[in-house]
Amino acid sequence: MTTPVNPGSVVAPAPPWALLAELTHACPLHCPYCSNPLELARRSAELSTDEWTDVLRQAGELGVVHTHLSGGEPLLRPDLERIVAAAEAAGIYTQLVTSGTGLDEARLAALTGAGLRSVQLSVQHADPGANDRIAGRPAAFAAKERAAALVRRAGIPLGLNVVLHRDNLDAVDAVVELGLAWGADRIELANAQFYGWGLLNRTALLPTRDQLARARETVERRREELAGRIDLVWVVPDYFDGVAKPCMGGWGAVSLTVAPDGTVLPCPAAASLPDLDPPNVRDHRLAWIWQRSPAFNRFRGTDWMTGPCRGCPRQEEDFGGCRCQAFALTGDAARTDPACALSPDHHLVREPADGDRPEAPPYVYRRPGAVPAPAPAPAPAPTVLTTDGPKGRN
Amino acid sequence: MTRTAQQWCPALAPALMLRHDAVRGTDLLVLPERVVVLEGHGGMVVGLCDGTRTVPGIVGELAERFPGAPVATTVPAFLDSLRQEGWLT
Ligand code: SF4
Ligand code: SF4
Repeated sequence: MTTPVNPGSVVAPAPPWALLAELTHACPLHCPYCSNPLELARRSAELSTDEWTDVLRQAGELGVVHTHLSGGEPLLRPDLERIVAAAEAAGIYTQLVTSGTGLDEARLAALTGAGLRSVQLSVQHADPGANDRIAGRPAAFAAKERAAALVRRAGIPLGLNVVLHRDNLDAVDAVVELGLAWGADRIELANAQFYGWGLLNRTALLPTRDQLARARETVERRREELAGRIDLVWVVPDYFDGVAKPCMGGWGAVSLTVAPDGTVLPCPAAASLPDLDPPNVRDHRLAWIWQRSPAFNRFRGTDWMTGPCRGCPRQEEDFGGCRCQAFALTGDAARTDPACALSPDHHLVREPADGDRPEAPPYVYRRPGAVPAPAPAPAPAPTVLTTDGPKGRN
Repeated sequence: MTRTAQQWCPALAPALMLRHDAVRGTDLLVLPERVVVLEGHGGMVVGLCDGTRTVPGIVGELAERFPGAPVATTVPAFLDSLRQEGWLT
């Protein structure tokens, strides 16, 4: 396809600040909202240690200063210490994003010795039983509790990352208490986003408006009480307010994602766009990928916009919303995000958001083969109910 | 200035990384979830916060390097604002 001529393809775009490294899609947990793609990369396709080292060196030269070492579960990579060291050598700040399973004292010491700077731990619920049910793994909560204590003892910053949905929004106060008890510096409360696994499980995960309003009030109250003690971050839900979220700070504007097999994407969810033809570090230099690849230029700037986004005064603030959500709900990634009240497709989020809540169906847990390949076609206008960027991932 | 402020020897909080960004030609503070661009000589000032120098010591060094600059007023205020953010201890 042709890339629309936009300033981004004439003048080199500003360099990226951050890189999300999905080191593996393997994971001991099976969260039903996971932001990994429905088609998970096989372990045999994963980049080698040398390839990651080269990617991080290139990233540093390109201007990346921060990386989330994520997955799946990055601790499943036996060479994680060497990858941390490679980032450190490239001048890149490292944060490990983990489920906590597999972290012990020796491993953490090796990681901090290699230069690891901070840890973000995912938590599914403040109640151990509920946590393990959502995660699809027994004793997952106990592993998190141990991991949090280890990180605290190591003296590096600890953040908790909690994806919020119908089954844990009512426990948001308990989650804040848990964060305090575990000594977290920061709790990110990220409302679930509905594409990929989240869309597949939307009926089970979509909260009610009342639930959300109560949780929002609780968070505001706790934030005031705890100012200066803990950083409480509330990542807004986009089905309910009629406002599109500024995804990833704009397409190809701030950060890039490298998938386990070396595919490079403007956002982890963009793997779902069928005609994106994303580049791979095995074929191209990262600088070319960021500056010149058609995939990264596809939705840069505003020239690609359609419908109400054209000429809209908010187009530099929200960039027309989420491309992956536009595709998932309408089948066209260039349409206005249906989350925006001005979108002609807004009923696609409004109806499920305000409709009756049927009995929650069981989760479709995230695991290889859970969804018949190829991934299901974009959901047709759903009348029945089913993150920084998508957040639900380690 | 209070006695404690006189004796305070600012140091970068452990989680932070102070670095020069050659690509953008600026100094940065990199945090767990954020990057702070230090304008002007901000990076140089933070670089002096190694836990051994007092605030008057830092001001004195800068006054020597930049004669005539209003460092006696601007630098303590700048350091204080970084402490309030939790970036200096
Ligand atoms: S029309 Fe487009 S640019 Fe305007 S507010 Fe909605 S999503 Fe944003
Ligand atoms: S999901 Fe959102 S963040 Fe991701 S590419 Fe799509 S628009 Fe961007």
